[in-house]
Amino acid sequence: MFKIRIDGGKSGQNAGVRIWIIKSYVILEKEKMGQKRDFTERLKRGPGRSSKKQKPPQMPVQFRKDEDEAPKNLSSRAKKRMKNRLKKKASLEAGKAKKPIKNVVDLGSGGEKSDSDLSAFSSDDEDLFPDHDEVEAPLGESDSDAVESDEEDVSGEEEVEDSDETEEAQGPAKKKSIQKGYSDDNKSWLTPSKKSSLPMDDDESEDEDESTDDEDDDMKDDFSDKEESSNSEDSDESTDGDNDEDGDDDEKLLPIEKATKRLRKKQKEDDKLAEEELQTNIAETETFILPSGQEIEKELVQAADLTLVQQRIKDVKGVLGDFTNRRQDGRSRKEYLRQLRKDLCTYYSYNDYLMGELMELFPNEIVDFLESNEVQRPVTIRTNTLKTRRRDLAQALINRGVNLDPIGKWSKVGLVVYDAQVPLGATPEYLAGHYLLQGGSSFLPVMALAPQENEKLLDMSAAPGGKTTYAAALMRNTGLIFANDANEDRAKAIVGNIHRMGITNTVVTTYDGRKFPKVMRNFDRVLLDAPCSGTGVISKDQAVKINKDEKDIARCAHLQKELLLAAIDCCDAKSKTGGYIIYSTCSVMYQENEDVIEYALKKRNVKLVSTELDFGREGFTKMQGKRFHQNMKLTRRFYPHAHNMDGFFVAKLKKFSNKIPGQESAGAEEESIDTEDKKESDDETTSSPISSTTDKAQQKGQKNKNNQRDNSKPRSNPKKRKIIESETADKEENSEDVSKSESVKKQKMKKSQSSLSPSGKSKVKKGSTPRKNKGKIFKRKKKY
Amino acid sequence: MRPLTDEETKAFFEKLSKYIGESIKQLIDRPDGAYCFRLHNDRVFYVREDLMKKAAHASRENLVSFGTCFGKFTKSGKFRLHVTALDFLAPYAKFKIWVKPSAEQQFLYGHHIMKNGLGRITENTQQYQGIIVCAMNDTPLGFGVAAKSTQECRHTDPMTIVAFHQADVGEYIRSEEHLL
Repeated sequence: MFKIRIDGGKSGQNAGVRIWIIKSYVILEKEKMGQKRDFTERLKRGPGRSSKKQKPPQMPVQFRKDEDEAPKNLSSRAKKRMKNRLKKKASLEAGKAKKPIKNVVDLGSGGEKSDSDLSAFSSDDEDLFPDHDEVEAPLGESDSDAVESDEEDVSGEEEVEDSDETEEAQGPAKKKSIQKGYSDDNKSWLTPSKKSSLPMDDDESEDEDESTDDEDDDMKDDFSDKEESSNSEDSDESTDGDNDEDGDDDEKLLPIEKATKRLRKKQKEDDKLAEEELQTNIAETETFILPSGQEIEKELVQAADLTLVQQRIKDVKGVLGDFTNRRQDGRSRKEYLRQLRKDLCTYYSYNDYLMGELMELFPNEIVDFLESNEVQRPVTIRTNTLKTRRRDLAQALINRGVNLDPIGKWSKVGLVVYDAQVPLGATPEYLAGHYLLQGGSSFLPVMALAPQENEKLLDMSAAPGGKTTYAAALMRNTGLIFANDANEDRAKAIVGNIHRMGITNTVVTTYDGRKFPKVMRNFDRVLLDAPCSGTGVISKDQAVKINKDEKDIARCAHLQKELLLAAIDCCDAKSKTGGYIIYSTCSVMYQENEDVIEYALKKRNVKLVSTELDFGREGFTKMQGKRFHQNMKLTRRFYPHAHNMDGFFVAKLKKFSNKIPGQESAGAEEESIDTEDKKESDDETTSSPISSTTDKAQQKGQKNKNNQRDNSKPRSNPKKRKIIESETADKEENSEDVSKSESVKKQKMKKSQSSLSPSGKSKVKKGSTPRKNKGKIFKRKKKY
Repeated sequence: MRPLTDEETKAFFEKLSKYIGESIKQLIDRPDGAYCFRLHNDRVFYVREDLMKKAAHASRENLVSFGTCFGKFTKSGKFRLHVTALDFLAPYAKFKIWVKPSAEQQFLYGHHIMKNGLGRITENTQQYQGIIVCAMNDTPLGFGVAAKSTQECRHTDPMTIVAFHQADVGEYIRSEEHLL
């Protein structure tokens, strides 16, 4: 298109226009001098210029009229031109009566629409479309004088061509002839503007001759002229439907913009049509009717129509949104849900079990969740604070053509990468260990873990070491980290990452996590990012949709429970600074999350504490008829649709005793509130003589005593001391405590279970856990 | 895991001294704690002593790495430095070569350094001296051996090799499995 434009340039001298298009502004200036062309309007169209500077607002012509018509001082030349114009206008109007006749001869049909229409382009259009000559050719024939001067520039040959073309164009309909006027492929949408007309065009051509001699001030004259003339001619113009409506705007747009506009419009129309078609396909009823058995069978046999399915999903959701009013009589909610589930399975290609589970998890946002699983999460990187600072890294990467931003308020080391011209996993910065590619959700467990310097840390399933390296960076290479992963090959990735990141405090092992307590215990903090079904990262691995069934989830959950118990066993409750266990998965299933935590709460002396992550959803306290510990809302869930990061679960546990509760209590616990409480108390009483310390029992004793401050207060001191003292001393103290507390507890047990003495709570809670937590732990028991 | 034998120590320190000279002392006598070299699976690890003791809890089969791996002994008893040692070599390096940004990528792909990629070179570098290769902004990229002395470098033509490649950080992604 550009070529045509160039070749068809206004005059022979105008060969330089080509260069102008290429974008040299300087050349443009030069040309201006000897040339009869007005470039003022064109300047705006240069891609370079427009990218540099915002254009002045483009007023639609009809609005511009007012200010243009405002009286202004005309230069002498302008006055002269005005005079010319008026003269010409008059002559044209006079000749108009004749011309149509002439046109009829020329064009075959013409009618009221004269060649004036053909040339009904603003100066802009002339500039834009080199075929201008062709368009103008008939005009040249008809009212030769007016345009002659302009056409003089055009070589004779061209003129011949032009006339030829117009002859070709002598179609039956005038409209056609107009469109023929544009020989390039734009003719389908290039139609003369509604408001411009022949006289104006003449003026324009005249104008251009003069204006190039003049300075830029001519432009405005053009506009005013155009308006005047167009107003006068408006009435007798026939329009070409939609296209003409855009005519005015189009004049100010680049060809490419026009093309886009046209495409958009077409798209819109298509969409509209498609929608209409769809609507006609679907039985239109006030209340949505569930498909009949036949329809279902049909869908089973042949592939379902996805648009239909999508529409049905929408409808069913609508019905479910206001079930009482929108339901079809005699249909139960269950039926609708079944249909929805089936449709979602078809549309997003999940297996039925997984979809059922997800629908339980996201009763309202299921579609959002599924949709977000179809899109990739943004690429995030984590700065290695051991080697660089985030600002420096960002600068270095920006210099490499990476477009990035801080990840958010919640992290000081994360960056989101929007697009990169270089492979992010192979920049010299990456190789030098300045950053690591890491999902945003992987920051969270480490942030919740909050490792302190000089602590002993265990990362139970560490590969590929993203969280390990983050923890090491937080610890500033002090203390000790055991990074364990059962898979030897994946352990190599840990080695690579820790060496690249310059981390020296890490020991990499390849034990089975479940056996780790036999290797080493007494860790201050343990991070268990358990292997999981991956239902939170479906966008990364679409295979999960299909290949995870109930068994897989159960298998995962079982392994997770074993690992979590092992992790808790590795942790040291007596740690001065820690005693925390972080459990995280990239799964959204409650079976792998809340269920596992619940299991651990029963099996070990741990309690839930706040993760100190200030965003994310709270964990479930009940799900599918199951009830979880009240404190489960201290855990955090992250969803792709809500937080734009992988689906994730983070729970923080605090171990308050190294003792493992007796095995017999575990099985019976679920039965009922009373029995459980009694049994537990029994366990405690029985276990206390054997296992000298039962912190749990001790706490309970204190908690149960509503007005036992006198007793508990003196005890709180020994407890604090205890932590500092050696273990043996510890045990003695504890046993004393326990025996005391138990005697009291037995008395008070039934009286006041729920009421808690604050002193008791605060005493147990040495670390950062808020008091409420204790209360909630206790309340949980009541719930059963 | 065991301490290095005398022979091993000799071979190891000889190699190390090619790059950092006398600074080996600084690796061992550190103000921030006792550090030691330990041999495990023919690899030499440089590790804080308390960390080493904790690492000893793990059995030999299950222990992959602890502290920083400096390199390994070949079957013939020679010592090979790995790129993982770079973090400790670079700060103490006596001789360095800075490569131009255009040659950075070449070096990171495992190529030798040509004269035309040479940005700067430490004065008085002898031929076959162990050198650390840095980017122009002083980020260590790897290490190698000077193929030409500083004097010779001045007068060679652009396509001659001035430094032989031995290890570069590109190995972290090129050969992650063979890092250890």
